[in-house]
Amino acid sequence: MKLKNWALLLALGLLLTVLAACGGDTEESKPAEEGEQVLNFVNGDTIPTMDPSLATDQYAFQFLGSTMEGLYRLDENAQPVEGIATDHEVSDDATTWTFHLREGATWSNGDPVTAHDFVYAWQRAVDPDTGSEYGPYMMEDVIKNAKEVNTGEVEVEELGVRAEGDYTLVVELEQPVPYFESLTTFGTFLPLNQEFVEEQGDDFATSTDTLLFNGPFTLENWTSTANEWDLVKNEDYWDAETVQLDRINHVVVKDATTQVRLYEEGSVDRAGLSSDLVDQYSTHDDYNVTPEATVFYLKMNQTSNEALANDNIRKAISRAFDKEGIVNQILNNGSIVANGLVPKDFVTLPETNEDFRDVNGDLVTYDIEAAQEYWENGLEELGTDTVEIELLGDDSETAKLMSEFLANQLSTNLPGLSVKIKQVPFEQRLDLDTDMDYDLQVSGWGPDYLDPNTFLNLFVTDGGNNKMGYSNSEYDALIDEAGKELAADNVARYENFLEAEKILFEDAAIAPIYQRAQAQLISPKVEGVIRNPFGADYEYKWASVNSAE
Amino acid sequence: MVRYILRRVMYMLVTLFIIATLSFFLMKMLPGSPLNAEDKLSEQQQAIVLEKYGLNDPVPVQYVKYIGGLLQGDLGISFAFSNTPVTDILMDRIGPSAQLGAQALVVGTILGVLLGLIAAISHNGFLDYTSTVIAVLGTSIPNFVFAGLLQFVFAAQLEWFPVALWGDFKHTILPTIALMIFPMATAARFVRTEMVEVLGSNFITTARAKGVSEPGIVFKHGLRNALIPLVTVIGPMAVSLMTGSMVIEQIFAIPGIGEQFVNSVMVNDYPTIMGTTLLFAALFITIILIIDLLYGLIDPRIRISGGDS
Repeated sequence: MKLKNWALLLALGLLLTVLAACGGDTEESKPAEEGEQVLNFVNGDTIPTMDPSLATDQYAFQFLGSTMEGLYRLDENAQPVEGIATDHEVSDDATTWTFHLREGATWSNGDPVTAHDFVYAWQRAVDPDTGSEYGPYMMEDVIKNAKEVNTGEVEVEELGVRAEGDYTLVVELEQPVPYFESLTTFGTFLPLNQEFVEEQGDDFATSTDTLLFNGPFTLENWTSTANEWDLVKNEDYWDAETVQLDRINHVVVKDATTQVRLYEEGSVDRAGLSSDLVDQYSTHDDYNVTPEATVFYLKMNQTSNEALANDNIRKAISRAFDKEGIVNQILNNGSIVANGLVPKDFVTLPETNEDFRDVNGDLVTYDIEAAQEYWENGLEELGTDTVEIELLGDDSETAKLMSEFLANQLSTNLPGLSVKIKQVPFEQRLDLDTDMDYDLQVSGWGPDYLDPNTFLNLFVTDGGNNKMGYSNSEYDALIDEAGKELAADNVARYENFLEAEKILFEDAAIAPIYQRAQAQLISPKVEGVIRNPFGADYEYKWASVNSAE
Repeated sequence: MVRYILRRVMYMLVTLFIIATLSFFLMKMLPGSPLNAEDKLSEQQQAIVLEKYGLNDPVPVQYVKYIGGLLQGDLGISFAFSNTPVTDILMDRIGPSAQLGAQALVVGTILGVLLGLIAAISHNGFLDYTSTVIAVLGTSIPNFVFAGLLQFVFAAQLEWFPVALWGDFKHTILPTIALMIFPMATAARFVRTEMVEVLGSNFITTARAKGVSEPGIVFKHGLRNALIPLVTVIGPMAVSLMTGSMVIEQIFAIPGIGEQFVNSVMVNDYPTIMGTTLLFAALFITIILIIDLLYGLIDPRIRISGGDS
């Protein structure tokens, strides 16, 4: 009997040991050597891919931006500066751009970076066989024939990009694109070494060994499921002498409280703060708020609900909720009230250099009296005294609080209005949006390039993201004109954008809520990190460690 | 015995096949698509990408293709991690989860059995109440509360352990403690209840009368009988522990599989959802088989039907 008991224990023990043995220890990052400039950062998640054509998420674009270089790179004022291209010429009709590339830029295997690398990468991004999402999204209506290539109507070689010799890249555009220079800094437009990519096949960009770099840093110890990796200074980068950081270690930490505790412990030099942590840390010496160019707003679906088709009702709703309350009580992370669509500190007007948001000012603010007046007029026009609407939102904690707050404000401030809340996972909300199966929806948008068009073209009639039945031919004409006839005249374009944004709010098409910001603890030893308005979140090329700390 | 095991393994494969089929069709009913930039792409652009991944085929066709791949041991390529085979993701992530789960299970069960024994021996005494309170707290306090508390006290304040991250053994201590509370409390409750009952039964009185020593009574006669119900609950618990806990993995920043599973569902990463589901299912039915075999070892009265052992 005893023997059997022991046999039982032994069997269990063996099973557990085998299972435990599966868990190999991961390598820990090396500590900094004397005089080395090293930073330690947390990352909110793994980097799912480092393939520029397949990248879709912020982390992929972040590390592509740090380890690779396209034609241009954004500086601290979000202005494109020299990258692989040194300068360019634009033809008179503004549709042919000729870029002159530097000689001497190399890939990390020693090959030179040439115009052919750009041609290959851009063709690959729209090739339907690649399965890229951002390729067609960023290039259609921009690069000549991008759409035709993606739909398979013409061969990839027909794409409007070609190399004239090794160091001249000629790009033909579908139409003039004034912001094309800033587009070339984006991940999807990075070059690729064709020979290397084809040699790696399906393994390309799944680990450090299957990647080539041409940017300020190389990515070390990385696989697509890795939880830790390092950015290491790339000594072969053409501008290596500018780069001061030797290494930036990264580790994935998703939980905000854990990030802060690691920060306090001294293990990491930057930590994100969720709204519940802000109260505790807002007086901390290292507390920082970084505004983002992402705006959140209520979409009002004019096709699903008779009341929402009424201008006065929409105007009432736009003015009937306290945005200060949302940013201070619910978000509490430095986010600011939005009273327009184009975010603050995103783009400036040509010539005057004034901020777009400042010029157009507050187009719709919280104003109960005006809201109630519109409301009564609206009800009268509808011939009713009660309205029922549904409010669709995401099911994250913050989103739930926000929906409840909005519903409460709207039904309190607008007599006769009852708001039913519907909370669904993000994916399902997108489905409901596509099917236009909602009344009110909390939605948001971040820019994909440096131009008001990235926000304003969302709401043209039948636009892919309109999905709320809004249509104003005047608005459509202004946006269309800005993209075509006025494409070469930036001052006039911006006039159109300013005008279009005003129309959008005269029509009360959407109700802006807030512009997002990120509260963080950042160590004083972190210097010179630039926050980009789009593309890679952070630029480390000019960053350094403040040794006084 | 061998024939019995073979037959069970065959049933297991059938079960696995049914699970694969059910989850495949359930998964296809999830809202959304695996596209990451779904909100930015036109319908035509979406269709082109879906075509490339074979997602425009009718669902039955996709099912046949999937099962075909499965039979050849191919779990497919993840949508979320471009070009990464699902098997790589599972292999990379199961390690830390399994290690923590195993540690928690072993330590938790041993402590739980001890607690239960102490409680049963000092029935209705002070130690009994203490251990009952511990057990009740252990089952009722959610482990993320416990994890946060441990991290705050022992890492942030006392600095005895690292706050988080995955490295050497000392990194595993706090998450193990947080994870083991539930198995410990469960084991303590079961062992106490059973032991109290067994120790009050006639054969124990007889054993005492025959002069069997107290440790002999407790361990040889008592505990052995009390283990049967415990083994029944420990099996499923072992699986859920070793396949990872999303909250614990998030709080201690552990690259485990629990979180990966939840994530893959959130982003409709079909191949990864299927891979993790099948892995969990396979582990589960294997453990159930092991437990059925263990019954016979612990209690010879339980005979395996149809067996020739």
